[in-house]
Amino acid sequence: MNNKTWYRFIAFPSLVWFFTFLLIPIAMVIVVSFLTRGTYGSLEWIFQTGNYFNAFQDAYLGILLKSLMMALGTALFCTTVGFFMAWSISTSPKATRNLWLFALMLPFLTNLVIRVYAIKFVRNGMDGPLQTLLRLLGLPFNPYAFTANPYLVMYGLITSYLPFAVFPMYAAFEKFDFDLVEAAQDLGATTRKVITGILVPNLKPAIFSSFSLVFVPCLGEYIIPDLLGGAKQMLLGNLIVELFLKSRNWPLGASVSVVVFVILVLFFILIHTMKGLRYARSK
Amino acid sequence: MLDRSRPKAPAFARWLLIGMFVFLLLPLSMMILSSFIQFSSGSMIEITFRYWKEVFDDEPLRDSLLNSLMVAFSASTVSVALGSLAALALAKTKFFGQSFLRMSSVLSLVFPEIVFALSLLSLFFVLGIQLGLWTVVIAHISFSLPYVILTVGARAASLDRSLDDAAADLGASDYILLRRIHLPLLKPAIISSFFIAFLLSFDDFLITYFVNGVGYDTLPIKLYTSMKTGITPKLNALATMIFLTTSMILFLLFRSPSLNKTLEDLNKNENF
Repeated sequence: MNNKTWYRFIAFPSLVWFFTFLLIPIAMVIVVSFLTRGTYGSLEWIFQTGNYFNAFQDAYLGILLKSLMMALGTALFCTTVGFFMAWSISTSPKATRNLWLFALMLPFLTNLVIRVYAIKFVRNGMDGPLQTLLRLLGLPFNPYAFTANPYLVMYGLITSYLPFAVFPMYAAFEKFDFDLVEAAQDLGATTRKVITGILVPNLKPAIFSSFSLVFVPCLGEYIIPDLLGGAKQMLLGNLIVELFLKSRNWPLGASVSVVVFVILVLFFILIHTMKGLRYARSK
Repeated sequence: MLDRSRPKAPAFARWLLIGMFVFLLLPLSMMILSSFIQFSSGSMIEITFRYWKEVFDDEPLRDSLLNSLMVAFSASTVSVALGSLAALALAKTKFFGQSFLRMSSVLSLVFPEIVFALSLLSLFFVLGIQLGLWTVVIAHISFSLPYVILTVGARAASLDRSLDDAAADLGASDYILLRRIHLPLLKPAIISSFFIAFLLSFDDFLITYFVNGVGYDTLPIKLYTSMKTGITPKLNALATMIFLTTSMILFLLFRSPSLNKTLEDLNKNENF
């Protein structure tokens, strides 16, 4: 057997796997999004594009916009805060650095359900541990502030996705030449000048990576709004599940999924052009 | 250069770091603490293992733990076997379907999880496959395969080509080359990718939620469904147990030189 045939042979199983369990299912979702819902939630093979018009009806458009705002807000917050965290970690002594990273890894690799559970538990209803603590300290607080609301969903999203934002920027800081910062400071640059003039331009690719790593999973998030937001805080992920499983309207659910996917593709193209622009300018 | 002292980040960045860590770790640590604590009459607090025992005595919970372990083990074994070979092939030569393989693994990394779950569900539905533990295993192989390809691929790219030539000159067949040279050299990366795949599978909720059959709950699913009905100290103990299992695997992974090697390789490959 010649070399090339051999490698083709050993790569073949993965190829078949991706084809069967990735491409065919995606193609099917696209096909289903053009079908018609039957009487009892069955599928009827009548092609139509009406699902896409329905996907943009008022109620759903509101959910779409809210999800976009939340994903953008979370990504922006995580990227900004993560930037300073990464900066601070990368300039601490070497032994402490690994400790910080491990501490960051721990919640990152903990089951999402458990993380959300822990948040829910701490803020549980009217008399969870947090409320008890606040009461013991004698601090005034609104007892309803910790039940299901959009801020709680935001809190859940931020604490879940913050590590996603820190890691790429930390990796970039590790490779960054800090002599530049020193030189700038010697020349009298203020902290703000160091950030806007040196750090941000040099770390731009990592900042974009961080932003997308938070934005993408946030847009399709299901568990966090489901458990922390109650029934009121419906985001795109919940809408899709609702349509597929509860109202059994597969065509409509599939078309909303396709819309989400198209948004993500557009987002990736945008990010890539922005990254590309930066390289073009630096040449 | 890297070990020279670096100019410190401003103080507010440090405070931000510490503050965010409190936010990140506070809920988890509170949860762990309360799995041991019992509020008795008055404001007395007792340390107890009662809730832990309750979890162990729960038959359905034991079953779901067994399901989780079975799924994680079989899914990560298959995806490591498939993915390692594919990663090796990708690093070694150009062939038809190569760009397809690259594209698919990137696609499944960036694809929204929820859409991925539903598309698999549609596939099983259309093919008339009965949902059960097998469908979960298939789904888990699909989402962990790209991670294996990425991890092993980073190592495979740095293999010395002259070894292949030397082996071929000495008359080794492709199979012998794979068994005696490639696999031993890739072993650290293969081991860490196994752990990564195992963790991903053990922790997965969303995709499992959609493709598992009735009565085939994994541990995260069990946690989710019991959480919907209310929060009890027993659930704290269960969540703490899952958390400790994950941390233990993570700790082992961090201690192992294989992961550090893998991280270095990934750092060199600046594709992401």
